[in-house]
Amino acid sequence: MSTDIKGWSREQMAQKIAEDIPNGAYVNLGIGMPELVADFIPEGREVIFHTENGLLGVGPSPRPGLEDDELINAGKKPVTTIKGACFFHHADSFAMVRGGHIDICVLGAFQVSEKGDLANWSTGEPNAIPAVGGAMDLVEGVKTVFVITQHTTKTGESKIVEQCTYPLTGKKVVSRVYTDLAVIDITDKGLFVREMAPGVNPEFLQKNTSAPLNFS
Amino acid sequence: MINKLVKTLPDAVADIFDGATVMISGFGEAGSPIELIHALIDHGAKNLTIVSNNTGNGHIGLAALIGNRQVKKMICSFPRTAQSVVFPELFRKGEIELELVPQGTLAERIRAGGAGIPAFYTPTSVNTPLSEGKEIREFNGKLFVLEHGIKADFSLVKCKTADRYGNLLFNKTARNFGPIMCMAARAAIVQASEIVEVGGIDPEMVVTPGIFVKKVIHISNPVSENQLIRDERRYP
Repeated sequence: MSTDIKGWSREQMAQKIAEDIPNGAYVNLGIGMPELVADFIPEGREVIFHTENGLLGVGPSPRPGLEDDELINAGKKPVTTIKGACFFHHADSFAMVRGGHIDICVLGAFQVSEKGDLANWSTGEPNAIPAVGGAMDLVEGVKTVFVITQHTTKTGESKIVEQCTYPLTGKKVVSRVYTDLAVIDITDKGLFVREMAPGVNPEFLQKNTSAPLNFS
Repeated sequence: MINKLVKTLPDAVADIFDGATVMISGFGEAGSPIELIHALIDHGAKNLTIVSNNTGNGHIGLAALIGNRQVKKMICSFPRTAQSVVFPELFRKGEIELELVPQGTLAERIRAGGAGIPAFYTPTSVNTPLSEGKEIREFNGKLFVLEHGIKADFSLVKCKTADRYGNLLFNKTARNFGPIMCMAARAAIVQASEIVEVGGIDPEMVVTPGIFVKKVIHISNPVSENQLIRDERRYP
């Protein structure tokens, strides 16, 4: 990737997603970059965050010294509760997920295919310890799945691909991808670019994407 | 008189036998019954199958039980976390078995086990390596995989408040797998940081009804797993 194009920062990517979350939505944020989305919900919108370890109404991080070992999110980080929050056990939590009660989830990705297949739990390396957590339940059960990811890997390979080569988390599950270069809708007719970061043009974006893009 | 309270940690875990399936509550450090796990290490039962979301942290609690070579097999959703060192090493050497289960499927398998449901269909993991070799069936045009309920011989669970009937209240996100693990075990063994008189818990507020609980032990100031790890403590 040429160095003169910086693309959006992680915070700007998170902000783009936050602006697309409507008032009243129940939202699950994955571990890592997705957690940033909570900081950018526009004023005046009420959004309830779910964490699969048993809390609806996740609040901001606690101030230093006020952390509670028994009040954490799915990434095992200390959190707080908002007024009106509630706790529940794991089977109820995944009934919310699998039962279609959560409106939006935001997940990271190793690869996303042009069909909306997601690979985000295993690189399939023989010596790796496989770990899946709740990702497979989220992609099957949540109504809308957004992915937030860098457009390419550290070695410059496109994370948006024709076919995932890593083991799948779910098939035809992702609706939209937010990268540092663009926001891309995944539809039955292929990939449609909604928006590009400043300085990014269609040729550059296509060159860095190993699946055909539509610009319309 | 019904009295599920036991006086000592050795009494609490005394019945756990070699080869038992034991569920252990907790998600990360929240809700892990460290005192009961350490009592199980002292007790010494071997060849255990452990059902728990993670594989423990540092060299205490579940990680110490695994490190003490008492565990034959782990059934869990997320065996590697930042502070998990014992399980990865044994797994790479091929000295412990792993059954990897998506977290929601794990929760539902435990719930089903406790509710007398032998198996159920779920959409989770269809078209992924985790459904390979399992029965797939179509309902209303969508594919689902058959998953089996899990029953345990014992559960070790941490809660906040209990009475002598075994009615339980939990603390925040330390609730996680506790209530369903009480349901799914032939004998649920619970450590509570507070014991109240019968009637001391509002019936409308009971989270786990006492019918699902076999033994309760009062551990008034449970250790903090995070603190033990910060102090680089090991058990035994």
